[in-house]
Amino acid sequence: MSVLLEVKNIETYYDLIYAVRGVSLSVEEGGITTVLGNNGAGKSTILKTIMGLIDDQPDKGTIEFDGKRIDGKETEDIVRMGIAYVPEGREVFNELTVQENLLMGAHTRKDRSALKHDFEKIYSYFPILADRVNQWAGTLSGGEQQMLAIGRALMSRPRLLILDEPSLGLSPLLVKEIFEIIKIIRNQGVTILLVEQNARKALGISDFGLILENGRFVMAGPCCQLLEDQDVKEFYLGFKAQESAKGYQRWKRKKRWR
Amino acid sequence: MTDLLQTLLNGVAVGSGYALMGIAMVIIYKTSEVVNFAQGEMALVSVFFTYMILHTYGVPFFYAFPLAALFAVFVGCVLEFTILRRAKEQNVLGMIIVTIGLEMVLIGLVSWKFGAEQKVMPFPISTYDTLMIGNLFATTLEALTFAIVWVIMLGLFLFFRFSRLGLAMKATQQNKVAARLMGIRTNRVLMFTWGISSLVGCVAGILIAPKSMEPFMMWDPMLKGFSGAVVGGMTSIPGAVFGAYLVGIVENLFGQYAYMEFKSAVAFAIIVIVLCVKPSGIFARHYVKKV
Ligand SMILES: Nc1ncnc2c1ncn2[C@@H]1O[C@H](COP(=O)(O)OP(=O)(O)OP(=O)(O)O)[C@@H](O)[C@H]1O
Ligand SMILES: [Mg+2]
Repeated sequence: MSVLLEVKNIETYYDLIYAVRGVSLSVEEGGITTVLGNNGAGKSTILKTIMGLIDDQPDKGTIEFDGKRIDGKETEDIVRMGIAYVPEGREVFNELTVQENLLMGAHTRKDRSALKHDFEKIYSYFPILADRVNQWAGTLSGGEQQMLAIGRALMSRPRLLILDEPSLGLSPLLVKEIFEIIKIIRNQGVTILLVEQNARKALGISDFGLILENGRFVMAGPCCQLLEDQDVKEFYLGFKAQESAKGYQRWKRKKRWR
Repeated sequence: MTDLLQTLLNGVAVGSGYALMGIAMVIIYKTSEVVNFAQGEMALVSVFFTYMILHTYGVPFFYAFPLAALFAVFVGCVLEFTILRRAKEQNVLGMIIVTIGLEMVLIGLVSWKFGAEQKVMPFPISTYDTLMIGNLFATTLEALTFAIVWVIMLGLFLFFRFSRLGLAMKATQQNKVAARLMGIRTNRVLMFTWGISSLVGCVAGILIAPKSMEPFMMWDPMLKGFSGAVVGGMTSIPGAVFGAYLVGIVENLFGQYAYMEFKSAVAFAIIVIVLCVKPSGIFARHYVKKV
């Protein structure tokens, strides 16, 4: 398998705040790669850096998509190369209808005649959107907006789909549904880079996982391996570690993480 | 009774001129949240350009008006690209100062190039032609202005509703980051918004010029168009049109039945009253963010 997205040693600042401290990752074509990490670890910042949304960043390092450098490019151009990004917090167009939102997703597409088929595909993934085609997106519920945001991203027929916490604020049932759909999307040949808090679900569908702490990756590996890891189990999956005699081991591990 | 109706009609007639300026300001405000006080003077530049090609170079109307339209779009785009875009990190107050500064520069340029005295704008319709509607009358120019407002309003409605660029403009208005994530070149969209707005302003200017043409001609219509737009909520094109009618009607009623001298001040009294009673304007139809 080839590498679709290659991030090498990027560092990102928000003015003086050093948010991403030398991070590398590669996303294999056709797979799902997951980034886990605590609040404020810098996950969203990495994604925003990839999409060129933070002015003049990355400060150091390179980002390659499909063998071409994309760091320093305009967001619009990065999107046009075939990357779609669903930001944290949906960012739908509040005063456009559901249908128009999806149409905006296809803004860069030349094959206008094929759009109808794609609309139908999205509505089959998310039937609830089909009932709301002419409703303003701002009046949808949070979960419906999330579906719309994912649908909108798919309308560009991306090669790489980047999702920032798609399960945020959704009911457990809906979370399950969203993850099912992410799997379907992958099976249709779209490569996925996923950022999640829901570690168990995310690792469950992914091929490769990375764990971010304070702007650095502290662990990376195939998902089956991470799921078995003691530390991951304890801090991300909520298993209780066995108490050692002096409580020493626990302290040592904590230090490694925080 | 006829008297009153005639006054109302006159109000709508002058209001139509204000309406075009109001529409122009709304277009820019909606996309970039800039209150463009240079709107009138951008139109002024296009009007004097039109005057120049008609009067000095003798270009026939048939070519002159499309040329003027192109020029107006060009002026709008250039100003956005060279000045507003550079100043974009400013806050609202800063942007207001920038547009006021721009306004003064443009007015200075026109005065310097063409002089401050009244000119006579060549125009296909004489200002003395009148139409009778029942026993009310209006000048043909007023009727034309009224019709053009509605044509432009309808055109813009269709444009924003159905065209790809129009939809991209609406998306950019609502969420610039998300628009960029759709691959929309938001900078270009913004530039083009200024172009369209400048075009609408230019139409207003050309329709006002046959009555009075000198460097300060756009100041009054711009401020009143702005009042109308504020009354209409500043983000709605039909709102701006009806707001402008209201301003026109009230100032005419006031001039007719109260004090002629304070006729113009009425527009600002209207702004103040509306802002006190309904701060978002009468026609504002805005989705309120869920907290
Ligand atoms: N616009 C900003 N300006 C300044 N600092 C920021 C900005 N955005 C994020 N940060 C800081 O950068 C760090 C990383 O933030 P980021 O949003 O990437 O975290 P995250 O891993 O996505 O967290 P979460 O899981 O809560 O979404 C945080 O310390 C945050 O305070
Ligand atoms: Mg985040």
